[in-house]
Amino acid sequence: MQRSLPLLVLLLALFVSGPAVGCGAADDGPAAAQQPQPQPQPAPPAATDEFVPISQLPAQDQLPAAPLLVTAYAFVWLALFGYLVSVGRRLGKVQREVDRLESDIARGTRT
Amino acid sequence: MPKWFMPLVGINAVMFAAAPFLIARADYESTMGLVQKIFYFHMPSASMFLLSAVVCGIASARFLFGGSPRQDRLAYAAAELAVLFGAITLVTGPLWARKAWGVWWAWDVRLTSSLMGWMVAWAYLLVRKYGGPGSDKLAAGLALFGMANVPFVYISVNYWRTIHPKTSVVPTLPADMGAALWFSFACFLLLFILLLRVRVHLEEQRAKLDTLYLSLDD
Repeated sequence: MQRSLPLLVLLLALFVSGPAVGCGAADDGPAAAQQPQPQPQPAPPAATDEFVPISQLPAQDQLPAAPLLVTAYAFVWLALFGYLVSVGRRLGKVQREVDRLESDIARGTRT
Repeated sequence: MPKWFMPLVGINAVMFAAAPFLIARADYESTMGLVQKIFYFHMPSASMFLLSAVVCGIASARFLFGGSPRQDRLAYAAAELAVLFGAITLVTGPLWARKAWGVWWAWDVRLTSSLMGWMVAWAYLLVRKYGGPGSDKLAAGLALFGMANVPFVYISVNYWRTIHPKTSVVPTLPADMGAALWFSFACFLLLFILLLRVRVHLEEQRAKLDTLYLSLDD
């Protein structure tokens, strides 16, 4: 009798708690929707337990930004400067030819 | 050249010298970091590229339907600027994309339509240079295609799935990033006006040269 007492207590506890757990599960949806949900706390930063070499990162993350930025701005400046020089040279050439022809025509008119 | 030209050149030079300081002071973008600062010259040059295509298209339409040589000269000058600013856009964009997207180029709608617009501008210049007699009208037709492409380039990021930032990015910029962007935009706009004026002047001088040669033949 004494040996079967704990077993009886356990069965009784299961009998009592079983329907209660079942009812709780059935009512869980609306009840849970009405109760305010606990806000998730921001996780504290994990302690560094290993160092990852940059070579093991994805290729995109390994790439330094500074050379790309410098190349982009250098290209802009060079392109604009090159174009200005090009237009200046073409304009100078045409202008010289216009001046030469105008002087030729003036000389021809005078003679 | 007009009297306003040289003072504006000086102002533009000072503006371009000041622009890097504003860009350096602007906050870093949270996900892209330093490389996002390419944006401050990339977006204004892209805007000038599209503006050049529109100016070229309108002037070409007026040349086709009105026959004014002045409009033809304006279209020719604008096409050259479309090639210049398009080149800047198409070089700075991939340099930014390499870090931000992990690839130099993606065949997405914005990039592909921009490349197409740039190639149309190149085609305009090549037709003008090697097309022979009547090439001015053929090139003007090409310029209309180039102009029709512009709204497509602009709205493409809002209508198609793309990895390129949307147009809504610009109005939502914080003050320091917005100041750097709009200052750079003003620099490029003034530069565009000045370069267009110089380039039109070059075409005017060439037209004058042709007239002088004709008068010598007579």
